[in-house]
Amino acid sequence: MTTILKHRLFWPSLILVVMLGVNAFTSQQFVTIQDGHLFGTLIDILRGSAPLILVALGMTLVIATGGIDLSVGSVMAISGAVACLLISDLGNQNSIGSVLLIIGVAILVSLALGLWNGALVAIVGIQPIIATLILMVAGRGVAQLITDGQIINVRSDPYSTLASGFFLTMPVAFLIAAGAVALTVLLTRKTALGLLLESVGGSPTASRLAGIGARRITVMVYVVLGGFAGLAGLIASADIKSADSISAGNLIELDAILAVVIGGTALIGGRFSIIGTVLGAIIIQTLRVTVVAVGIPPEANLLFKSVVVVALCLSQSPDFRAKVFGRFKSRPAVEKVGVPA
Amino acid sequence: MGEQSPVLEMTGIRKVFPGVVALDGVDFRLFPGEVHALMGENGAGKSTLIKTLTGVYEIDGGDIKLGGRPVRISGPLQAQQAGVSTVYQEVNLCTNLSVAENIFIGREPRRFGKIQWGKMRQRAAELLARLDLDLDVSAPLSSFSLAIQQMVAIARAIDVDARVLILDEPTSSLDSAEVEQLFRVMRRLKESGVAILFVSHFLDQIYEISDRLTILRNGRLISEHRIEELSQVQLVEKMIGKELAALEDLEDKAQSNRERAAEAKPVLEAKGLGRAGAIAPYDLTIHEGEVVGLAGLLGSGRTELARLLFGADKADSGEVLVDGKRINLRDPQVAMKHRIAFSSENRRTEGIIGELSVRENIILALQAARGWTRPIPRKKQDEIVDKYIKALQIRPADPERPVRNLSGGNQQKVLLARWLITEPRLLIIDEPTRGIDVGAKAEIQRLVAELSDGGMAVLFVSAELEEVLRLSHKIAVLRDRRLVEELENTADVDADRIMQTIASGATS
Ligand SMILES: Nc1ncnc2c1ncn2[C@@H]1O[C@H](COP(=O)(O)OP(=O)(O)OP(=O)(O)O)[C@@H](O)[C@H]1O
Ligand SMILES: [Mg+2]
Repeated sequence: MTTILKHRLFWPSLILVVMLGVNAFTSQQFVTIQDGHLFGTLIDILRGSAPLILVALGMTLVIATGGIDLSVGSVMAISGAVACLLISDLGNQNSIGSVLLIIGVAILVSLALGLWNGALVAIVGIQPIIATLILMVAGRGVAQLITDGQIINVRSDPYSTLASGFFLTMPVAFLIAAGAVALTVLLTRKTALGLLLESVGGSPTASRLAGIGARRITVMVYVVLGGFAGLAGLIASADIKSADSISAGNLIELDAILAVVIGGTALIGGRFSIIGTVLGAIIIQTLRVTVVAVGIPPEANLLFKSVVVVALCLSQSPDFRAKVFGRFKSRPAVEKVGVPA
Repeated sequence: MGEQSPVLEMTGIRKVFPGVVALDGVDFRLFPGEVHALMGENGAGKSTLIKTLTGVYEIDGGDIKLGGRPVRISGPLQAQQAGVSTVYQEVNLCTNLSVAENIFIGREPRRFGKIQWGKMRQRAAELLARLDLDLDVSAPLSSFSLAIQQMVAIARAIDVDARVLILDEPTSSLDSAEVEQLFRVMRRLKESGVAILFVSHFLDQIYEISDRLTILRNGRLISEHRIEELSQVQLVEKMIGKELAALEDLEDKAQSNRERAAEAKPVLEAKGLGRAGAIAPYDLTIHEGEVVGLAGLLGSGRTELARLLFGADKADSGEVLVDGKRINLRDPQVAMKHRIAFSSENRRTEGIIGELSVRENIILALQAARGWTRPIPRKKQDEIVDKYIKALQIRPADPERPVRNLSGGNQQKVLLARWLITEPRLLIIDEPTRGIDVGAKAEIQRLVAELSDGGMAVLFVSAELEEVLRLSHKIAVLRDRRLVEELENTADVDADRIMQTIASGATS
């Protein structure tokens, strides 16, 4: 029992279960089957969390190397803009082949944006927060240029499937995110990438002297994040059937960083937990839904969110846990004597 | 001394880390005006005892009395206020701050709340002069070698008005001249009534400076003695808990094998290799199966010379040939491709990755050389790691423990293992026995001798001249960042001969 209590992810998991419980209680339909697929609040949460899971996954890898990427929201906007622009030019917007091709193009563009970030960080040597700030600001502009300042609407069933489709009773968006999780786990834990990442994040100097090609690895994680952010941008834009270059992915970098931190990966880099991040992302999405479900007034939303986040972060701090739980440990009380100066 | 009452009394100290009892009912006392050596093998609990005293760790049992009054020190700052000044084993200064700032951090001279920079620099320079050091105190600490950093940490500690001064392996990267200087300061402090706790693995130093010693083994108190009661041999036997004969065997073996294989091919040649401000252009050839030792004083350029051969720093002149072919040594990866390995003297910032496990730290270089797409199968990892944990006696023998929780000496062994498993043709080791206890040191020296007999070329850097003399076929002597002489280590070469070269700067 105590070992479960001590597990890093115990408190986040507990909070998630409690919030889901609240939702199960308040919502009319938590999980049911309708039209041959799953339906209800739980499924909405899973579907809605897909973009955040994708972005947070990539962010985990970047943070593990001791970096950070603020430009993910802009990458989402650009990828959505590129896709919608191309789809709106199609003669037949419902052509599956063309839409797939366009999705591929948008992802390639996103990968290139990731490469740009990675190069600035690893090759030019700019601090990650500054390097990615460039694309964060400029990227929105680029997205607006692509859409000509307009909101581009599309009417493409194959494209909408990305966000609202179902496959084998599960939402497609969630399946995509799950696939990305599986891919990331494979990429980092079945190869030596995870170890090398953690090593670079733990000590860049020592890693270089151990012969690790830190540059290539650093570039790679930014590229992976670029790709995941691009995919997230497509899902988000498919969800609203349009490209809105101003609000797409707005402030998602903060939620993604939060998800990573809740999942127990330290911002200074080193050890990372993919499962923790996924849990973190789902918690954040559940929180959004719960706030609405229990009828917390919209003005108090952010405050409520902060309280939960602070509680979660405290529960992850070894010092804090030692202080709180230390009190309950049976230990001979020692009188604290003032130190003579 | 008996009539005096101890300034520090620790009784029944117990400290448990998950999975290890680091201290088990240890008693320790310290009298004013004495130098007291704390002795024990790597991992015996010396640093832990010190950290329980300075409040870095909370004790799980026992009492601490300072000046006769029970205290509970809750952190290093409180310790300092209580008159306990400490130099920790791993130099923990801020390398991006200046030397002067490091010495006065937290107690800067102020006037009307404003820091008096001029005064601070002046006092820093005066303090360092007491240790016979003349540095630019406004330069960042990172621009100085580890040895200088260690001296700065000492300067900081002795400036605090302390009743108790703790020095945890302060001499591990110092040369004999600096050690002498430090000892002079220690004697002066001792006369003024300061109690000094001293940790070192150099027995000669212990016998030169200490009045009494306390021996720990596996977290337990073995005994306390006046220094004259105990011979070096008896001391070591108490530390390792075994008869010493086995140890001496090892040393003999290391010594007798210094015959070099005839007709050995050169593995690496440096021609006119140099880097402005670090080391003047030098020529050096290292053959298969040859151990080349680097001798020279602190700051003479030993480390700088070695780093160029691994591409850790980039040379700005000259060339490097491996097997007679020129290579472009732009970074360590290139060096590793040519099977050159380098273990830095600075294990904390350039060696271990603290939060990774012992296993991960050991396989790191080998894995890096294979590339990320070809992970070493877990079973193979476990095999390799187990083998080296046994061979180098890494303790605790738990491959999954984070390496930062190991004692200093055991971390050093982990680094050695990291490079040995890459099976290098040229092994460059900078201070490989730094902070390593007598038993393990003999073991490592024997290993180096064995590896070179097996054909590995070794470049051996050590501040300890005895060690260089014992292991090397050839010794390169450095002075003022210049390689001044290369000599064959024949029977007539001894420490005096080398010190002469260092002193006179002869070129041959
Ligand atoms: N923070 C920690 N967490 C867990 N175990 C620790 C920690 N610090 C030390 N230990 C363990 O406690 C034991 C004593 O370590 P300590 O550092 O005191 O040894 P030491 O005598 O100073 O050795 P050395 O001569 O190598 O410096 C070792 O087994 C070590 O692995
Ligand atoms: Mg120690």
